[in-house]
Amino acid sequence: MTQTYLPTDAPPEQPQPTPKVWKWYDYFTFNTDHKVIGIQYLVTAFVFYLIGGLMAVAMRLELSTPNPDWLDPNLYNAFMTNHGTIMIFLWIVPSAIGGFGNFLIPLMVGARDMAFPKLNAIAFWLNPPAGALLLLSFIFGGAQAGWTAYPPLSLITAPIAQTLWILSIVLVGTSSILGSVNFVITILMMKVPSMKWSQLPLFCWAILATSVLALLSTPVLAAGLVLLLFDINFGTSFFKPDAGGNVVIYQHLFWFYSHPAVYLMILPIFGIMSEVIPVHARKPIFGYKAIAYSSLAICIVGLFVWVHHMFTSGTPPWMRIFFTISTLIVAVPTGVKIFGWVATLWGGKIRFTSAMLFAIGLLSMFVVGGLGGVTLGTAPFDLHVHDTYYVVGHFHYVLFGGSVFGIYAGIYHWFPKITGRMMNEPLGRVHFALTFVGTHLTFLPMHQLGLQGMPRRVAMYDPQFTAINQLCTIGAFVLAASVIPFAINVIWSWISGVKASDNPWNALTLEWTTSSPPLIENWEVLPVVTHGPYEYGKDNETLKGLEEAAPAI
Amino acid sequence: MKQIPASLLTLIAGIGITLISFWVGQHHNLLPEQASEQAPLVDNFFNVMVTIGTGLFLVVEGAIVLFIIQFRQRKGDESDGVPIEGSFSLEVLWTSIPAIIVVGLGVYSVVVYEQMGGFSLSAHGGMAHGHASVLVAQAPGDAAVTPLISETTTPTEPTPTDAPQYGIGATPLEGSQAADLVVNVTGLQYAWIFNYPNSGITAGELHVPVGKDVQLIISAQDVIHSFWVPQFRLKQDAIPGQTTELRFVATKPGTYPVVCTELCGGYHGSMRSEVVVHSPEEFDVWLHENQIAQASGVAQTVAVNPVDLTPSEFLAPYADALGIQSEAIASLHSHHS
Ligand code: HEM
Ligand SMILES: [Cu+2]
Ligand SMILES: [Cu+2]
Repeated sequence: MTQTYLPTDAPPEQPQPTPKVWKWYDYFTFNTDHKVIGIQYLVTAFVFYLIGGLMAVAMRLELSTPNPDWLDPNLYNAFMTNHGTIMIFLWIVPSAIGGFGNFLIPLMVGARDMAFPKLNAIAFWLNPPAGALLLLSFIFGGAQAGWTAYPPLSLITAPIAQTLWILSIVLVGTSSILGSVNFVITILMMKVPSMKWSQLPLFCWAILATSVLALLSTPVLAAGLVLLLFDINFGTSFFKPDAGGNVVIYQHLFWFYSHPAVYLMILPIFGIMSEVIPVHARKPIFGYKAIAYSSLAICIVGLFVWVHHMFTSGTPPWMRIFFTISTLIVAVPTGVKIFGWVATLWGGKIRFTSAMLFAIGLLSMFVVGGLGGVTLGTAPFDLHVHDTYYVVGHFHYVLFGGSVFGIYAGIYHWFPKITGRMMNEPLGRVHFALTFVGTHLTFLPMHQLGLQGMPRRVAMYDPQFTAINQLCTIGAFVLAASVIPFAINVIWSWISGVKASDNPWNALTLEWTTSSPPLIENWEVLPVVTHGPYEYGKDNETLKGLEEAAPAI
Repeated sequence: MKQIPASLLTLIAGIGITLISFWVGQHHNLLPEQASEQAPLVDNFFNVMVTIGTGLFLVVEGAIVLFIIQFRQRKGDESDGVPIEGSFSLEVLWTSIPAIIVVGLGVYSVVVYEQMGGFSLSAHGGMAHGHASVLVAQAPGDAAVTPLISETTTPTEPTPTDAPQYGIGATPLEGSQAADLVVNVTGLQYAWIFNYPNSGITAGELHVPVGKDVQLIISAQDVIHSFWVPQFRLKQDAIPGQTTELRFVATKPGTYPVVCTELCGGYHGSMRSEVVVHSPEEFDVWLHENQIAQASGVAQTVAVNPVDLTPSEFLAPYADALGIQSEAIASLHSHHS
């Protein structure tokens, strides 16, 4: 069953002789088309991913021996700080929300563009200068206080670089606020009337929850950072302990944004998962409502867990306990999603496309990351492992396993729609295998390092940890290598891959009713929604009567 | 296989997973040795979480692997799967089981936290002053508390005093008793300074007697540091402008690392020291040797930026601990009266 189209009385307005496909140079201009902007976000983010990844490899190389051999410890800290900042603010957030959100949201709700196309372009164009500022900061030594930039350290180390770092984050934050306003309005106001709320694709629910969260929390981060900027440059003393300031207040402001920020990173990915899995398992998503509501639940509870990053800091006992409980509670809606995806696999006809491999890979790794997260959420245990490699292992399982795998899954899934060409599947499988092995090899041993006594953010460590660190370093090289087949695949397929049909996966969401790649205004005639986004197996004559013979375990 | 009913297979799998989980929970060997009274509490809690975690891991990952094998697309089959959209009872089940687990863990963590001493901060915190270098408290090494606060000290101008509000305090067993030994811990780039207010000793490592109730009053000179002894399972940030505390009883003689876990600058990774847990007799010997050594005295230096100093240069003024002590006593006195 495919879409039916509105009968039009009058002949449609004669389409202007505009080209149907963008030329390469269009992608370097201030273009207001949501699809161009989406691609701009994705490509820019990938460039930053490579830069951030190189910094990570440099750090892992340094950590293959206990002594600071070839990176000066201050430079190490600059790499560490900028690696984290880039990966969070210039890779995951822009690619998942900016890239996929922009490309897909109007297509999924049946709109011709975002609500405010110019605002959208402005939001994107704040990103390149933000990245440039960050890289520029290396001339001044590079920000070295970690991506958390806790004062007083951030007040006294490399002040010019730290200032540039703040300006850069404020720019991305502004971009994210502008983008979020746009998403909320687009989803709420521009959905085709024939689409019921219960037919809204889960990716849209996820972006809606993400945008609301970004609107609530980003201004708080901006406030904290601006105060920090004043302390560094203009002699105020909000966070200077020797002048009456309070260093713990900064941590509250920072984490009030930055814990929700981990959900900003992961919710859109959850959305991608909810689109990719049903299509390639040929099954309706299991528990549509539960998955949609759990996004909203995560969004609300996620605002009340930030102190779990501060258990060892200036945190009174009642807070340690209150935030232990609230943190543990977030695990429940997260679990609901995981179980929903696993149940979606049950009874399916699973196609092992590259997209699906990455989606299943994400699922299997998020289980590990989530279980680690629950242990960290309990104050008594966190007192032992806070700020150690155990935490580094945990958040890379959720961030790398959770987010990066999801972004790859999304790219393999929507590449035919975005470019009109298929990606090479065997190369995709090589990419998946390398990434999967590399991720475990790099991040699993880190849990043990942390439990045994290795702190995080160090350029030198106790020699007893050498062997495990070398294992992690080898893993990092496998991960670095894994990017090569991917990059080759994308570039080569984009130029001369097999031409894709409009709907190569036989998917049911609206974006697949456009041509591949979509026309400039998406549709000649807006589509009418006649069925839900995930009704696989229904109306399918060959399956009628087979339902009783449903596979049994 | 066909003849075995599914429920039986499920039962066997369930028993298997339970057994494996319990075994892993007890034998993972991931934690370093236990050397404080808090360590077994934390470890038991962790083992319970590992047990539950292993169980959940096996069930979920097992299901994923099972499903992707069993429900893979067979050659030539282009049809769709079964259109199951949800199951209310199943969803209620898998929402409530994790909910029960996390509530259980939440309650358990409150119990552990309370037994660790998390709720009774500085029963004797009135001793503490905002700057660790002027902290003072009871006589070391002796369970019979000998308060040093002298009523004869003249109060000087009132200084703001604040007891440590953060950290781990006395365990319920210790109740409101004062600690046997109080040590002021100061973090600075990139060293830990341990000052024994009652013996006038200042050292670069921490020495404590085994089996005695030790209270660390932690502060920071420049940036945030974090005091961690992995074998004690205890950690607390050293925060400039605020004092924090950690109270523990070391249970096993030996030498353990003291690690700084809060990023404090380029050489953060080298900010390592040691805690030496002595037998009580050894500890007394150490105490006396060091008292004699440091009594020879080092001239008090004027305030300099500690960042520019080597640890030993920084240590110098602290050796003159008696002068510091009287000031502290004075300010405390004014606080209490
Ligand atoms: C949803 C995806 C998640 C992401 C992207 C994420 C990311 C992170 C990051 C970046 C950190 C490091 C903070 C630092 O720099 O110190 C962290 C720490 C932490 N995470 Fe997660 N996390 C996620 C899920 C979870 C979950 C589900 C839980 C608990 C149920 C959790 C609990 C924690 C806790 C308690 C810490 C603090 C640990 C510490 O610093 O001692 N996280 N996470
Ligand atoms: Cu330090
Ligand atoms: Cu440090």
